Amino acid sequence: MSGIDIAENQPESFAFTPENMAKADAIIAKYPEGRQASAVMPLLDLAQRQHDNWIPLAAIDVISEKLTMPRIRVLEVATFYTMYNLKPVGKYFLQACTTTPCWLRGSDQVMKCIKDKLGLDNHQTSEDGMFTLLEVECLGACANAPILQVNDDFYEDANYENTAKLLDALKKGEVPEPGSLSGRNHSEPEAGAQTLMSYRDNEGARTYDAQISAAQSTDANAGDK
Amino acid sequence: MPKLTVNGTEVEVPAGASVLQACEEAGAEVPRFCYHERLSIAGNCRMCLVEMERSPKPVASCAMPAGEGMVIRTDTDLVKKAREGVMEFLLINHPLDCPICDQGGECDLQDQAMAFGHHSSRYDENKRAVEDKYMGPLVNTIMTRCIHCTRCVRFSTEVAGVTDMGLLGRGENAEITTYLEKALDSELSANVIDLCPVGALTSKPYAFVARPWELRKTETIDVMDALGSNIRVDTRGSEVLRVLPRLHEEVNEEWISDKTRYACDGLKRQRLDKPYLRKDGKLQPVSWDDAFAAIAAKMKGLKGAEIAAVAGDTVDVESMFALKGLMTALGSPNLDCRQDGAKLDATTRAGYLFNATIAGIEEADAILIVGANPRWDAAVLNSRIRKRWLTGGLKVGVIGAPVDLTYKYDHLGAGAQTLTELADGKNDFASVLKDAKKPMLILGMGALTREDGAAVLAMARKIAESTGMLVPASKDEEGNEVPAWNGFSVLHTAASRVGGLDIGFLPGNGGADVAGMLDGASKGKIKAVYLLGADEIDTQRLGDAFVIYQGHHGDRGAHRADVILPGAAYTEKDGLYVNTEGRVQMGLRASFPPGEAREDWTIVRALSAHLGATLPYDSLEQLRAALRKSNEVFTEIDIAPKAAWGPFGAEGAMSETGFGTTVENFYMTDPISRASQTMAECTEVFVLPKQDKTGTEG
Repeated sequence: MSGIDIAENQPESFAFTPENMAKADAIIAKYPEGRQASAVMPLLDLAQRQHDNWIPLAAIDVISEKLTMPRIRVLEVATFYTMYNLKPVGKYFLQACTTTPCWLRGSDQVMKCIKDKLGLDNHQTSEDGMFTLLEVECLGACANAPILQVNDDFYEDANYENTAKLLDALKKGEVPEPGSLSGRNHSEPEAGAQTLMSYRDNEGARTYDAQISAAQSTDANAGDK
Repeated sequence: MPKLTVNGTEVEVPAGASVLQACEEAGAEVPRFCYHERLSIAGNCRMCLVEMERSPKPVASCAMPAGEGMVIRTDTDLVKKAREGVMEFLLINHPLDCPICDQGGECDLQDQAMAFGHHSSRYDENKRAVEDKYMGPLVNTIMTRCIHCTRCVRFSTEVAGVTDMGLLGRGENAEITTYLEKALDSELSANVIDLCPVGALTSKPYAFVARPWELRKTETIDVMDALGSNIRVDTRGSEVLRVLPRLHEEVNEEWISDKTRYACDGLKRQRLDKPYLRKDGKLQPVSWDDAFAAIAAKMKGLKGAEIAAVAGDTVDVESMFALKGLMTALGSPNLDCRQDGAKLDATTRAGYLFNATIAGIEEADAILIVGANPRWDAAVLNSRIRKRWLTGGLKVGVIGAPVDLTYKYDHLGAGAQTLTELADGKNDFASVLKDAKKPMLILGMGALTREDGAAVLAMARKIAESTGMLVPASKDEEGNEVPAWNGFSVLHTAASRVGGLDIGFLPGNGGADVAGMLDGASKGKIKAVYLLGADEIDTQRLGDAFVIYQGHHGDRGAHRADVILPGAAYTEKDGLYVNTEGRVQMGLRASFPPGEAREDWTIVRALSAHLGATLPYDSLEQLRAALRKSNEVFTEIDIAPKAAWGPFGAEGAMSETGFGTTVENFYMTDPISRASQTMAECTEVFVLPKQDKTGTEG
């Protein structure tokens, strides 16, 4: 499987919507004169968001013209990062992390679940156009491994069962709340909070936000003395 | 000037030099794949690792600037181990197909694996395979062999100025390709073959033809343009198999154009290998004696003024000199070496030379290009302008056709009108030239091959004089000599032109130039025309004249000829050529001419005996001695001379028509490239699609 996966059927043309054009101009304006090429990554992202989560070659042309950089340089960037899709993807773009921490925590089961439920292997799109699976490297949320990213959202603490539930919900068109699928609070230990117990009320709910800011202001005052 | 120690030897290198360059200075060999002197630094092959004191890891020497007091070692166990490791990684995905690889025997990877590699690989997984890419008719790709050094990408972007190549994907999926597999549209594209350190990019026309150790290598000079690129001709038996560039910093650096490299297959086709004589309207093979006798019979009784001679664009100086000697002995003043009718003036040598010199382009800070398309007239020279432009601070103005030159320029105008404005200081670019320290004017044949060429030449001289392009030698504040600068530069397109002008292969007193000869021939005033490799004239207008064609290809001249004397092509004779700078260079014979064909000067010499005007030299050495006596520029080989300034050109009215370009198709400019199949393919891929449809095609 080559990593350079460019769609064979390409739309003839691409143009930024007026809103996105304004956004693009705002992005380009962040960079000094003569360094417009720095805006290539946000512009590619903008194009991808506008165009059903994939970038057609026509958009590469538009961006290269807008940034006065050669087309091949834009295409190089677009093919380098896995975040850019150069061919159509399903409505739900699943990116399953299989790097070491996720793998140790059972990412194989997540992959198996996707295979069982949707019949998808890496780089495949389901026939109904609902799902695309991509195996990716570290998504940077190892404390909640394994991670399954659906479009822009992270679903954490995935295992076979809760992944199946998630996929069923997505199939029905429901989008569950992103975050931990096992119900754990952020990255707290699975069995609940073990530390900072004094910052919690009797039910275990956090009360510490206010307490911490109060403590910080005391510290600051102490520093003044 | 940092001083550092390499393997215990102290070396001093210029500021900004890399550790790798310092190692070379100290005589320590450092293997490398991605590093190349003339390209930007990539640092991605990791082959040049060396040990540096106080560095926890080996460093990539190509990307590490040399610093004061560094202690470098290239001969330690760590370095050996690092190189073996890098080599093992590089070979993981490299196929073991050396026995069927065209690069075999001249492959950097092969050589360095032998010298620096581990004896065996520990990798027994499947190797990756990569689809081959289409890069046009010249470059063959076997992309599985690629090691991703990106030399080709950097060359095409930086030197050739075409941004089509790139590295797509990443990691194991990285692939070198052109955008959507488009042919690499550059006149210098095939240089990527020389740059490729492995067999990923190889020569398409030379695929599976020969092994490097079978070839006889001859170092000679190219005649496809007026640059005089230094080349190496590889032959097997009598066959020229390929042409490669040879290093010459002042001329072609280490690049050559695709035409120089690939027109050589034209040497095998449409060759004239025996003398022919037109009998009953048909050319029939005859013996040399019969051919000479036929010429002698025709020439008998002709007055000098009834005979004319034209020298072609790829002819060596010696044969022109011999022919001039013969014509003078026959009393003919009708000589010309300017087939294209360029109004060049030989009275002052500086008036027809590229005085700034090719290397001098790198010093120029403003360039005015008039009536030239350097990209097609002299592709390698154009890359020199681009090289200068990339360093910044160069302003380029163009008068003539607006074409893509691979660098930015101001298009000042189309024709002589703009030139006049510049001379009068009415154009903004005049002040750019005046403010520049080393301004240059490149005058192309597009501006001179016109009726008013002499007036354009005079106007260009006026601009050169009025904008300070002639800087006399001086001394700077520290008393160092600052050499003189002459920015007036004529860019020729024919390899033999400057040599012809130097020996005075020009109309004598009352003699006719090419246009005059054609007029005379069609009116019957000129009864015999001697074409020495001259094919670029309108042979239809030769009328009933008796035409002697001496040359190597059955091209336009030979078709019209009454007698054909088969000569030698540039790879088949020793000869002198003078390039556009006025640099005399010596070409050497790489193979013998086919059949009964002979070296050109010997043909003229033999004919002179039959005509009763025997030339006074029996060997090439004697001829060259006479040549040196006639003009002292031939006494020194490979020197770009400083020619004295003087009057040239003729002031006069200029027409308002825009300056054209003389090279209509870069890939086909002379009999050899017209006979070449490879050049025909290039024409089809690169030139024809861009030309406007004429309506006559299918």
